[in-house]
Amino acid sequence: MQHSTKKLMPVWAKMPFALCLIVLLTTYTYAQSERYMGAMQKNLGLMENSFKNPADLLSLANNFERIATTEKTQWLPYYYAAFCQINLGFMEQDKDKVDAIADKANALIEKADSLSPNNSEVSCIKSMIATCHMLVNPMQRWQQYGAASNNNIDAAIKQNASNPRPYYLRGQSLKNTPENFGGGCKTAKSILEQALEKYNAFKPANELEPNWGKPQLEQVLATCK
Amino acid sequence: MKLIFTITALMIIFVTKAQTNISGKVTDNKNKPLIGVSVQLKNTYDGTTTDALGNYIFTTSEKGQQILEATISGYNSVSISLQITATAIVQNMVLKEQITELKAVVISAGSFEASDKNKGAVLSSFDIVTTPSANGDLTSAFKSLPGTQQVGESEGLFVRGGTATESKIYMDGNLVNNFFYSSTPGIATRGRFNPFLFKGTVFSTGGYSALYGQALSSALVLESTDLPERTQADVGISVVGAGGGIQHLAKNKKSSWGVSYNYTNLWLAFNVIKQKQDFFQLPLYHQGDANFRIRTKNGGFIKYYGYVATNKTGFRNTDIDSTNLKNAFSISNTNIYQNINWKDRLGKGWRINTGISFSTNKDDIANQLQDANNNNTLITTPLLYAFKNFTLINKGLFAQARLVFEKKFTGLNAIRFGADYFYSNEKSTYTLYNGGQYTETVKDNLVAAFAETDVYLTNNLAAKIGSRVEQSSLLSKWNIAPRISLAYKLAQNTQASFAYGIFYQNPERKLLPTLATVDFSKAVHYIFQFSKQTKEYTLRTEIFYKDYKNLYKTAADINGREVAANNNGNGYAKGIEFFWRDKKTFKNVDYWISYSYLDTKREFLNYPTAIQPSFAANHTASFVVKRFVTKWKTGFNASYNFATGRPYYRIAFDNTTNKYAITDAGKTINYNSLGFSVNYLPNLGKKGKKTFAVWVLGVNNVLNQNQIFTYNYNNSGTRKEAVTPPSRQFVFIGCFFSFGIDRTQEAINNNL
Repeated sequence: MQHSTKKLMPVWAKMPFALCLIVLLTTYTYAQSERYMGAMQKNLGLMENSFKNPADLLSLANNFERIATTEKTQWLPYYYAAFCQINLGFMEQDKDKVDAIADKANALIEKADSLSPNNSEVSCIKSMIATCHMLVNPMQRWQQYGAASNNNIDAAIKQNASNPRPYYLRGQSLKNTPENFGGGCKTAKSILEQALEKYNAFKPANELEPNWGKPQLEQVLATCK
Repeated sequence: MKLIFTITALMIIFVTKAQTNISGKVTDNKNKPLIGVSVQLKNTYDGTTTDALGNYIFTTSEKGQQILEATISGYNSVSISLQITATAIVQNMVLKEQITELKAVVISAGSFEASDKNKGAVLSSFDIVTTPSANGDLTSAFKSLPGTQQVGESEGLFVRGGTATESKIYMDGNLVNNFFYSSTPGIATRGRFNPFLFKGTVFSTGGYSALYGQALSSALVLESTDLPERTQADVGISVVGAGGGIQHLAKNKKSSWGVSYNYTNLWLAFNVIKQKQDFFQLPLYHQGDANFRIRTKNGGFIKYYGYVATNKTGFRNTDIDSTNLKNAFSISNTNIYQNINWKDRLGKGWRINTGISFSTNKDDIANQLQDANNNNTLITTPLLYAFKNFTLINKGLFAQARLVFEKKFTGLNAIRFGADYFYSNEKSTYTLYNGGQYTETVKDNLVAAFAETDVYLTNNLAAKIGSRVEQSSLLSKWNIAPRISLAYKLAQNTQASFAYGIFYQNPERKLLPTLATVDFSKAVHYIFQFSKQTKEYTLRTEIFYKDYKNLYKTAADINGREVAANNNGNGYAKGIEFFWRDKKTFKNVDYWISYSYLDTKREFLNYPTAIQPSFAANHTASFVVKRFVTKWKTGFNASYNFATGRPYYRIAFDNTTNKYAITDAGKTINYNSLGFSVNYLPNLGKKGKKTFAVWVLGVNNVLNQNQIFTYNYNNSGTRKEAVTPPSRQFVFIGCFFSFGIDRTQEAINNNL
């Protein structure tokens, strides 16, 4: 008999509750995503100034990591946390400390990688991490980390040929390689110019997606004139 | 209507949340402020990073029960439950430093590590092949480190007053018998294995781990490489031979296999560079190896390595007991070595490391007395000359099985335990001038069990405590050998270490079978080390004392061969050693200096009393310098080895007193040797090039200095002859090509 009573209940009677729930959920998620967008935008805005001072950059890395661990499913905060950390690694003067920083960056980018597999931007950071490890002792580590850095650039290009950053990274590392090792401006220039073309054509999918490197590229290119 | 209302209501709730201040200080457990700590209300964006004084402050609109978390690499995170109301909260936090490999003290007393990864390594794998005095020989590179002797008349590592047989060599945990090519009188042979097979090497000059045994002085532990970076083919050609190999990496990068073959023939070299000996059989070597490596799903490895080699050489010298006769020695050798290992994670911090190895070795030795025209001569009066005509066939069969378990705990703490089983069966057949034949077989089953623990009390204090038990069927004896090693960090990059251990060893093959029941020989090591190491420089100094007990004394058996008779020998070795390596002071120049002082005396073999053995010099020093000129893509390496003169003795049996006595003694001239090598890498860094070439030029004893290793006496003791290198100088020229064959595989396959 209970069946029939339930059946007798008009469909419209249930609607307000369901609607209410949907509205509540959407509002909540909307607020959530607005909060996420806002926090990301705020921290991305801090990026340029933070590069002037390692302490600020670490603070920014931590900001992104807090967003990452709270959101759990977004790859971008992990990506930016790793990006800040690896740049800290490049800034670190004490070579005994560099490996630990690069390891930290690696732990973060691994998270980004698992949330967004086969991502060209993630491969770029992986390449930077390998380069950072290599620079601790280039003579000894060139074979292992040089190859890893290069392989990740290859992967990044394969994953998204219109991404300018792998070209920028390759051009920059070529430029910093001594001429006798097949580097220098001469060989780097064509790749850097290719990177500039890609930058000019590049539009990030949204305002939070990676869009760095063009001013730095222009600086590098200026020294290669 | 309802919708708009709900949104507005929610918006109001979000906007009107009141802010609460949370602040405090984060320190380590020594009350030192921690900078750069990320402080966060868990699962919210709210938080900040501590400043230069360890202080933090942030505001939050969250309310109620929340978790405040502080995290920074290298420290254990701390979480604190907070009740957040409108009032400001002050919360200080103390983080405990994690015990990590990067920060922890390294248990290093007595050992030198050559690797590219591990902290505390003093040499890289590359250093082993670019040290000129080593001539590409794996163990010779270690002769530029303190603790080793510059012995040139025979192979092996003579460590801290020990003989070469007191140093044992392990590959992936398995003992390698016949690591060197079989001995030839007066000429040191080389190690059999290519230095590029190994990714890491630990050379212990004393106080080594309970995982290894049967070496009174030193253990050299080699770890083979994992999967190659890419599929590649190698071809090399030099003045001494040619070789090639291929390493194939599977597409899924989970397994690889490889084969290589090398042919060595000293015809060209010996025709250009005159040798002291008259070679009627030029040294000739065929050597092949094969390997496979499989990465398991837990990140472990199964590795196989197999090696087959044959070689022969024959030379004549003027016979020491006559002026017009010659002594002709020849040897041909076949050696097979195989090992297979499995190393894996078993879960819950457990690891397994197990392996078996199997090897056979056969020497065919012939010695002849020859006349001026190189014809065999038999002289029976006096009989001394007749005994110079003989053949000797040695056959050895060796097997080992090994099983080690390891359990890792937090903070680098670990326990390890396991067992080893060694089987050896060696048969020699000695045939005299008159056809008389003597055959001896020596068998041993040696069983060992061991356990060891790594205890890290803090990042600054660690201990390795272990013990080993062995039982030998040959001796029908067993022993127990405790080992302990401590390390204490005095300051960043600076540490003091101490090691103590007891080591046992069976008599070497040539002293067997024994005349009477004997026990293990024994050594007790005490080592104190001080070291300061950064990425740019290393300073190490060690003081050691080694107490030898129960060394073997020899007596003649019924065939006149000197074999072990009792354990009445003893001795000591003590000294101080320095090592300094600097990569920074001179731009692009890397150099190291080693100095060893050794005071040692021992009574063993036929020594009548305790004397300084003939393989021990009091002062030894090495200087190695390397410079890579990127502009020329060329590396320049030089090494200088120095040792003070070594004593030499004529020890003869005195029939009147029935005792051995020293009838003559002396000291050799100081040893000096300058080596130089150049490596040219024309394709270095060329992008897109699949070929990589290395050209090598090496010259040893550049200054053509006179080197005398020791003296040989004639039978009556009336004449002595200096033992010197076969040629004063040697020049090596070679080129080695690697082809990465990712894409051009077919082309290379067709050309091989």
